[in-house]
Amino acid sequence: MVVSSQTEFLRKRARRKWLGRAFHGLCLLSVVIALGMLAVLLVYLMVQGITRIDWSFLTSFASRHPEQAGIKAALFGSIYVVIIAGVTAFVLGVATALYLEEYSARSKFAKIAKINISNLAGVPSIVYGLLGLQIFVHSLQLGKSVLAGGFTLALLVLPIVIVAAMEAVRSVPPSLREGSYALGATRWQVIWHMVIPQAFPGILTGVILAVSRAIGETAPLIAMGALTFVPFTPDGPLSRFTVLPIQIFNWTSRPQPGFQEAAAAGIIVLLVVLLVMNAGAVILRNRFQNKWE
Amino acid sequence: MSLARNSVGPALGQGTPGAWKKNISERAIALVLLLSTMLSILVTAGIIFVLLFEALKFFGEISFWEFISGTRWTPLFSSKHFGVLALVAGTTLTAVLAMVVALPLGLLSAIYLSEYAPDKVRKPVKPILEVLAGIPTVVYGYFALLFVTPILRQISGDISVFNALSASIVMGIMILPMVSSLSEDAMRSVPRTLREGAYALGSTKLEVSTLVVVPAALSGIVSAFILAVSRAIGETMIVTIAAGQNPNFTLNPFVPIETMTAYIVQVSMGDTPAGSIEFETIFAVALLLFAITLAMNLLSQYVVSRFREEYE
Repeated sequence: MVVSSQTEFLRKRARRKWLGRAFHGLCLLSVVIALGMLAVLLVYLMVQGITRIDWSFLTSFASRHPEQAGIKAALFGSIYVVIIAGVTAFVLGVATALYLEEYSARSKFAKIAKINISNLAGVPSIVYGLLGLQIFVHSLQLGKSVLAGGFTLALLVLPIVIVAAMEAVRSVPPSLREGSYALGATRWQVIWHMVIPQAFPGILTGVILAVSRAIGETAPLIAMGALTFVPFTPDGPLSRFTVLPIQIFNWTSRPQPGFQEAAAAGIIVLLVVLLVMNAGAVILRNRFQNKWE
Repeated sequence: MSLARNSVGPALGQGTPGAWKKNISERAIALVLLLSTMLSILVTAGIIFVLLFEALKFFGEISFWEFISGTRWTPLFSSKHFGVLALVAGTTLTAVLAMVVALPLGLLSAIYLSEYAPDKVRKPVKPILEVLAGIPTVVYGYFALLFVTPILRQISGDISVFNALSASIVMGIMILPMVSSLSEDAMRSVPRTLREGAYALGSTKLEVSTLVVVPAALSGIVSAFILAVSRAIGETMIVTIAAGQNPNFTLNPFVPIETMTAYIVQVSMGDTPAGSIEFETIFAVALLLFAITLAMNLLSQYVVSRFREEYE
């Protein structure tokens, strides 16, 4: 009796241990598959597009001939739109975060505003495009312009900036504020001289994350009415425009292999820009942290 | 409304006797910040207003019942039908298939990172996984159409150039880090003592992970899952590029379909005149899309707040 229940236990234990190892393998395999897909994606794009990238690709306009097509208009369009979006979202986002954290942290209004912001973050991006179309393009009569596109993307990424800025402001130690108040500073003096400088690295990281989201957005700008074929660079805030992701989309949907190659080259440029920005965010953050700690 | 309610520091404009200039500028600044905060609420109101306003014009001509129960969607043809279920079917199909990819891979990855991986593996792997979420969706669309689809078509000749399967697989890869990151955060916040208790009773790591940690973190995992579904429903470029523009009322993943989001892009890219009934359809579709994703986001927040297991 004793012996048999012991062998039973050992048999079951061996099985449980075997199952455990199999599960460990399965979990590891999932991570490997995910990372593998990333690697395949990047390698495939490199192989498809790297030979197409040269100086004339960056400095030529779109063309009906795939071998002459370039991304000049799209590149300039993206830069203009993203600068407008970044600056607008930065100003509005920081102002909102300061109000919610420094002025009315525990009020009912702040609670509602915070729930609202987290819901805004979940609204599909194409819906923002329709909002931009009706408000900026039609009601405010900005036209399907760089400015309207920038504002549309600013609203889209605003929740990202607000959340990051709130986090950054909250992490400033209260003792700093109290020390300044004790010296007679007003609320805004405390915010301007103590809170904002301390929170700045966190805010900046949030803004860069928001801008890298904005730079890759296609759908809202299409819904807003950005062009797909543009043989000029924007000459002012009310100029019509296209952006890099829309140019890539346009080329991808054409049947000629030459355009698909151009699309891959455009994607490589887009990913390099994103990589540089994210690396910049990390470097900036480390630098500021060293300065203040 | 008092601008400075419930917060640390002196009340606005007090503490500096007689300095009315300072007083005014302090109040002005508070007002500007308040206005900025109001703007974020105004954005929500604006979205609802814009969508409702245009959709109501649409429903003035087409009955809501025809819209919500019809299965043929052909507003751009001469014989017009406005049955949105054809688009809803496309959206449901791609979202469900994407979750079939993202849920198991994401959850198992989360278990690996939270329970199995040593720190020196977890620390670099987590941000690299999150790179997947940062890649622009148009890039995934390119990848789905020109890399995944040809492979699928070699496996089975029944698969069309544009199909839901390819778009869904790639979309699943895209939302995988969302599932894995949020689930991992939930699992890591399960207290150590729970795991140690289970180990003390002789459990293996598999048993601790699946019978203790996952159930304890279930509210976080479920909410991550709902958020991922909502993201898949709102995703636009992958399905526009790779799944086609044929609003078929079907659950067959091998044929071209059209999602709600892809339809909005299709009309936006075309030369449909603003104000026409064809153009107003996109607001009706967008309103439905907004309502569905909002409901899912609220559900996700409710799950977290209602079912969270609290530990000391």
